[in-house]
Amino acid sequence: MKRTSWQEYQKKVADDDYYYVRSCIRQNFFPGSEKAFLNIIGGDLGRSIYENPEHTTCTGIGYHSDIVPMETTMTVVARQFALLTESGRENLAVSCITSFGLYTEMLETWHEFPETEERTRRYLKEATGREFRKPKNVAHTSDIMFHHREEIARKVRHRLVNVKTGEPLRVVDHIGCHYAKLFPKVGIGGAEFPHVLAGMVEAWGGEVIDYPERRHCCGFGFRNYLVKANRGFSIANTHKKLESMAPFKPDFIITNCPGCPMFLDRWQYTIAEMEGTTYGQDGVGIPALTYEEVAGLVMGYDPWALGLQMHQVNVEPLLDKMGVKYDPAAKYLGLNGKYIGKPADTAVNINCGTQQVIRNL
Amino acid sequence: MKNHKVIVVGGGAAGLQAAATLKELGVEPLIIEREMQTGGKVRRWHRLFPDFTSASEVLATLEKNAEGIETLCGVMVDSIDATGVTLAGGRHIKADAMVVATGFDLFRAELKEEYGYGIYDNVYTSADIEDMLNGDGVRLKDGSAPGRVAFLHCVGSRDEKVGQPHCSRLCCITAVKQAMELRESFPDAEIYNYYMDIRMFGAGYEEMYRSAQEDGEVRFVRGRISEASPTIDGRVQIKAEDTLLGRPVKMTVDMLVLAVGMTAAESNGRLGVGLQSGGFIAPRDLFTGAVYSPDAENIFYAGCATAPKNIGETLNEATAAAVKAAEFLLEK
Repeated sequence: MKRTSWQEYQKKVADDDYYYVRSCIRQNFFPGSEKAFLNIIGGDLGRSIYENPEHTTCTGIGYHSDIVPMETTMTVVARQFALLTESGRENLAVSCITSFGLYTEMLETWHEFPETEERTRRYLKEATGREFRKPKNVAHTSDIMFHHREEIARKVRHRLVNVKTGEPLRVVDHIGCHYAKLFPKVGIGGAEFPHVLAGMVEAWGGEVIDYPERRHCCGFGFRNYLVKANRGFSIANTHKKLESMAPFKPDFIITNCPGCPMFLDRWQYTIAEMEGTTYGQDGVGIPALTYEEVAGLVMGYDPWALGLQMHQVNVEPLLDKMGVKYDPAAKYLGLNGKYIGKPADTAVNINCGTQQVIRNL
Repeated sequence: MKNHKVIVVGGGAAGLQAAATLKELGVEPLIIEREMQTGGKVRRWHRLFPDFTSASEVLATLEKNAEGIETLCGVMVDSIDATGVTLAGGRHIKADAMVVATGFDLFRAELKEEYGYGIYDNVYTSADIEDMLNGDGVRLKDGSAPGRVAFLHCVGSRDEKVGQPHCSRLCCITAVKQAMELRESFPDAEIYNYYMDIRMFGAGYEEMYRSAQEDGEVRFVRGRISEASPTIDGRVQIKAEDTLLGRPVKMTVDMLVLAVGMTAAESNGRLGVGLQSGGFIAPRDLFTGAVYSPDAENIFYAGCATAPKNIGETLNEATAAAVKAAEFLLEK
């Protein structure tokens, strides 16, 4: 992409001493991702990361579904900040895009309407006896990965390059809506052309694809999915994106939101079942990965240790393109070598005229 | 009255007209122009609304009238006060009176990132279209003729998000004029104008707008474009809402033209004179004091320095400012 003005949209990202707050749903969706972040940033790059087991939900899903009132959310957020304050850390590293958006929204609200901060402090004190300082730095963990992207590039084992052709892998970057659409100034690259994932892809050798529905929602959009009657709308959104990106022949999708990789991945199977359509090359799907999974692959982590077997769309074609070695027999073995069970076959029957073709996504 | 030096800051349409008027009245003005030649934005324009008069003819008349007037080009004015002007670099030139005709800047379309100006090949501004009309004609990046063109009105005008709450007034008629010029060049093309309101305030403008619809077959869609994106074949996909139909619109066009607004001249902020909230210079009042400065009795304002104006209004105001400056010298 020709755009260079993303450099004007920069934010300060702390270099070390992170207070890590997990997502409610990521550990169920793609459980290897948060672990990969801790291993890469905390282990390989040697940065200090602190986790607090008392950390709770930020209420984001309930808040955006209109079942948790704003005052409650503010007080819960205030409690998270109190835990941060008590830990002696100042740099909040947020794993979930919605939590990141929510923390930012509460801080901005307190800034614009100081009486709401006063009221929240009072509620928190009355309910828990706690007090808090605001974080010095609030970053999404993809900001932190972006911040360290060059250091990771220096440790690269597998570049985002097709080992057979030598060409850069073609990558669709999909940014979670709550990353910068709420407050463009807090996103690296702003809201229209966020650079947070594109920067990682480019630093690690890949090529980012721009396509017509790049800004469109992945299809999660809480109410689209959580309200069962709306799920047709959810899959319609994902369908629109996949239809739009397919002609550009992406090798994979990189995401920074808990929901996006889930929906961009799982709905591919559903669409294949419903319509017989697949969007990747050679009849397979397009892998939708988290940025931690991509960083892990780049740094030479075992794909099964990263949890890539949890994706509905098989990642093996991508691993082959990158030249990543893997043991097919170990795909469904857990970290302790114990068999974790194999999901139902991902193959779908595709009706091609008079022929029934079985394809494995 | 001779030998009283008046400095005209800016050598665009307003500055040239003010200087020529002063000369006619026997006052020897000095024009200071920041660009390397006078003429301002008119020099870049091809033909003018509402009757397609050649911009170069208008400019030639203005320059002829100002012939022989001492002019400093490529010189920036740093500040102005009652004693004269201080140039960038610190040199101070004394003057008995000043006419400030700093004009306007075109809105930087790249600030509306969602339209992809500077990113996608076939997204242009109205000023780019004038450049092409002055050159080899309007063409796509690959040199081919566009089959479908969309104009978007109000880019950087009436838009608080980019700090431009005012109406630039002239982008509507410019987009209509250019749509008709493209119709002339490409009789078979589909041409769409996306607008939020059509503001046709000048003599002959409404008639031109009607002619664009009836004779030019330009289709007007009431709705702002929300975003532009690239398609695989190098075209531009646009999304909008047709607010009359109440339906979203998605369309692929060969060329997207952004009708950019008029913003306050960036240099206004340095001059040391009072400004309005949008950065345009604040006159004494908007009615009987439009050409007077509230800051000093020997400073006068002309043209788009104080607000967006068309060329006719600009020239009238420049004449008025020059007359008032000459009167001031006479009474002194």
